[in-house]
Amino acid sequence: MQITVKLFALMREKAGTDTVPLEVPAGAAVTQALATLVCQYPMLEPYMANTRFSVRMDFVDPNTILAEGDELVLIPPVSGGA
Amino acid sequence: MFRVTTEPLNVQQVNDLVKRPTDGAVVTFDGVVRNNFDGRPVRYLAYEAYAAMAEKKLAEIGAEVQQKFAVGEIAMMHRIGRLDIGESSIVIAVAAPHRHAAFEACAYAMDRVKAEVPVWKKEFFADGADHWVNQN
Repeated sequence: MQITVKLFALMREKAGTDTVPLEVPAGAAVTQALATLVCQYPMLEPYMANTRFSVRMDFVDPNTILAEGDELVLIPPVSGGA
Repeated sequence: MFRVTTEPLNVQQVNDLVKRPTDGAVVTFDGVVRNNFDGRPVRYLAYEAYAAMAEKKLAEIGAEVQQKFAVGEIAMMHRIGRLDIGESSIVIAVAAPHRHAAFEACAYAMDRVKAEVPVWKKEFFADGADHWVNQN
C-alpha cells in the first residue's frame, strides 16, 4: 500500500524534500515504514531515536498500524514558543 | 482562539480576546526573539510548523488548562516564518476571576507548548552560521 511521509525542520533539510511517497506492505506498522524510509534516506537514521510520530494529527506509538493513504509525520524535538 | 500564523502578532488583540465581565485578571505572555543564544549573537530566527497539528495541539492544551485551573477564556497565537529581534513569536492570554489562577495557568500553558506543539526554531547567528534548536 501507499503512504506518505512528511518531514520537517532538520530532517527535511537533510533529506532535501518535505514529502516522501512510500510503498509498504498492507498492515505495516510505523516501525516498518521507518525502516523502508531509512533505506532510501540513510541520512535520516541518526535522528530517528529522538523523533516522535504523528498520524492524523495525533502522536502515535511506533507500533501503530498504518492504513492505505496515511500521512506519517516525523516530529523531531519541538522548539516552539519563545 | 488557537492559531499559527505568518502575520505579526498583536499582543493587545490577543489579550482583549479573552476578557469577560466575570474575570478580574488577564495574564498575557509575550514571547519575543532575543538577540543571543547563550551569549552568541543572533541575527534572526525562522520558525517552521506542522501548522494543522500545531493548532490542534494548542486547542487541546487550552482545554487541558481550563480543566486544571480556575480560569475562563484562553487564547494562544504562534507566529512562524522569519522573525527579527524583538518580534513576538508567541502570545498566550489567560483570563480568570482572580490573578493567581491566571498566572499559574499561563505559565503551565507555555510549558506545555514547548513540549507538545510541532513548531521548530532555527537560529541564524551574526557570524553566518545557523542551527535547528535541539536537533543536532
